[in-house]
Amino acid sequence: MSQGVEAARKPPSHGRVAGKMLLLACAMFGFGYLMVPLYNIICEVTGLNGKTGRVSASAIVAAPVAEDREIIVEFTASVNQSGSWEFRPNAKTMIVKPGILYHASYHAKNLSSSAVVAQATPSVTPFSAARYFNKTECFCFTRQSFEPGGSMDMPLSFVIDEDIPINVDRVTLSYTFFRSPDQS
Amino acid sequence: MSSTDVTHHAPEEHGHDHDHGEHGPAKGLMRWVTTTNHKDIGTLYLWFSLIMFFIGGAMALIIRAELFQPGIQIVDPMFFNSMTTMHAIVMIFGVVMPAFVGLANWMIPMMIGAPDMALPRLNNWSFWIMPFAFTIMLSTLFMDSGGPAGGWTLYPPLVLQMGDSFAFVIFAIHFLGISSVMGSINIVATIFNMRPPGMTFMKMPMFVWTWLITAYLLIATIPVFAGAVTMLLTDRFFGTSFFSAAGGGDPVMFQHIFWFFGHPEVYILILPAFGIVSSIIPTFARKPLFGYDSMVYATASIAFLSFIVWAHHMFTTGMPLAGELFFMFSTMMISVPTGVKVFNWVATMWRGSMSFETPMLFAIGFVIMFTIGGLSGLMLAITPADIQYHDTYFVVAHFHYVLVPGAIYSLMAATYYWLPKWTGNMYDEKLGKLHFWISTVFVNVLFFPMHFVGLAGMPRRIPDYSLQFADWNMIATIGAFGFGFSQLMFVYIIVKCIRGGEKATAEVWEGARGLEWTVDSPAPYHTFETAPTIQPATITR
Ligand code: HEM
Ligand SMILES: [Cu+2]
Repeated sequence: MSQGVEAARKPPSHGRVAGKMLLLACAMFGFGYLMVPLYNIICEVTGLNGKTGRVSASAIVAAPVAEDREIIVEFTASVNQSGSWEFRPNAKTMIVKPGILYHASYHAKNLSSSAVVAQATPSVTPFSAARYFNKTECFCFTRQSFEPGGSMDMPLSFVIDEDIPINVDRVTLSYTFFRSPDQS
Repeated sequence: MSSTDVTHHAPEEHGHDHDHGEHGPAKGLMRWVTTTNHKDIGTLYLWFSLIMFFIGGAMALIIRAELFQPGIQIVDPMFFNSMTTMHAIVMIFGVVMPAFVGLANWMIPMMIGAPDMALPRLNNWSFWIMPFAFTIMLSTLFMDSGGPAGGWTLYPPLVLQMGDSFAFVIFAIHFLGISSVMGSINIVATIFNMRPPGMTFMKMPMFVWTWLITAYLLIATIPVFAGAVTMLLTDRFFGTSFFSAAGGGDPVMFQHIFWFFGHPEVYILILPAFGIVSSIIPTFARKPLFGYDSMVYATASIAFLSFIVWAHHMFTTGMPLAGELFFMFSTMMISVPTGVKVFNWVATMWRGSMSFETPMLFAIGFVIMFTIGGLSGLMLAITPADIQYHDTYFVVAHFHYVLVPGAIYSLMAATYYWLPKWTGNMYDEKLGKLHFWISTVFVNVLFFPMHFVGLAGMPRRIPDYSLQFADWNMIATIGAFGFGFSQLMFVYIIVKCIRGGEKATAEVWEGARGLEWTVDSPAPYHTFETAPTIQPATITR
């Protein structure tokens, strides 16, 4: 083999290939994190995982009402293991017509002897109904603060879109109540 | 450390064809710590993974011993769970992946006619990180809060409930990831930059091709996994809520991120095996590989498809119908290129003048039993069926068929195939064949019954089970102990071969083609310091 070949064998470009690959690795690390917002967007758009929609009150006035349909909305409540709470819906079911704004409420009481901040997460079943279940106002939009032993009624307003699939006649709205994670 | 001695004086005895300067390995233990030689590093990886194979195997035997009978006899359930978790982590990250990287280190430079890996110092780091990472990982078993016990998939919220040793697990995973990514970068750089003139991409041996694609898969998915476990870490210790519903997160999202890595990962565990089998079958069929081009394209399409099938691990999480259909069909599509490969191997053997030395036996065993695993995979890909089979022993049977008589068999085939090249001696052929037949009987006694108990509904990852599963479990446990202990033969054969034996020729196998067979056996410490000329006889296709 000639010297020429020998010289050609140690090209200076290892660093470049390695650099590109390292860049790819870093980009994919970023992509892993990008999957988080992507996931939430996809869930919201498609109503996957029972993520409910949110609409402004003014949009509802204009919305058509499906007079001929009646849907039973059931309310359920559960408490995450990490807190001592009383948490329940004030009415267990409601019969509603799509297109009309309704109000409901949940009752919560802090059974512990310290002040706590809590957060409720909603979920709607069947999932196919979730994207048609819109809220104008909900205690789940914000965190709620409780004094030791304190209690309150927490409101929520919702409207069901008239496009909700025809085979859905019963929708369950479930809330899980959590102690907010970022308090010591 | 008998290997140390042999490889030690081997370069002095043989291979005087390199002309400049001293070039034996350094002496003593420091040789292994500071080495940048691709053969040394390959050897380190291979020994490391052999040791881990027995550690992971011991865990498997603890699992099987507990499952010998219904009821809880031997270990407490928490420890049982950490055994299933650790067994998987050790076998995947400590055995199959390092062994393939070891083979890549040893063989890729020799197969493409390069003097070493492109980035030798990085290579040293890639290896030496691993023993440390695994020491940390295994040490969690001895900590107060015990080892990880929520399964190798590390699903939250369960995994977040383990004790503080969790931090060590994540730390170890990060380091294992860094090691694999560095190793892969090195492999890509070597293959891109170090081929001699005339070795075009479409003339590269299949093993090199499959590793190039595997390296890309690793570089693209390991960082995603690193991200996912980092999110777990911050959820657990730093108050984020990626996966905690309490803070607006979602545990199911972890499964998406994990399997976006996890499914390509299972192909990382099998593509190099495809490369090994594609090297061995032509040698012992004395025919070139059938359909080389289609093999390359099939490998590339498997790699591509592996990115869009991940949710077949999540059919029971409540996906919309459209998602279920998409992931079902994309998963089934993978079996097309996989089928092309199996077809090509069979066609290579067709009318070849075959002989059945140990590497060939393991390679044929691979083709047959990997196909069984592929077929059960296809059954699992059918969404409505998977809702029944998910998290049962049927899944356990599926992935053990593709991984044990699949990936592990390919590693054994590779070891027997190249051992004479590494040591300069032939291994004991009679014992090798015996090792194959005993392993093959026991591996089927071990894993085949899992199909039956799985279809009958036995859940995976449980220390106790209902009575109707008792008989098949007893049989599987007998198979497990038979298989486990017969692997001691493997060690014995390797050690015996390192110590001595009939001297191997440079070509070793009558039908072998490729550059690695043009250098002496044992391979000199430095090979291809000048570029080889590529002739039709020295390329594999
Ligand atoms: C034709 C090709 C394949 C198909 C169609 C396939 C399909 C599947 C499906 C649908 C599952 C999920 C089962 C469930 O959890 O309910 C699964 C699980 C699994 N497969 Fe495959 N597979 C194939 C090849 C492979 C290969 C080549 C490997 C590895 C070398 C592999 C390793 C695994 C593993 C480790 C799991 C279980 C993961 C876990 O839950 O712990 N598969 N496979
Ligand atoms: Cu998969």
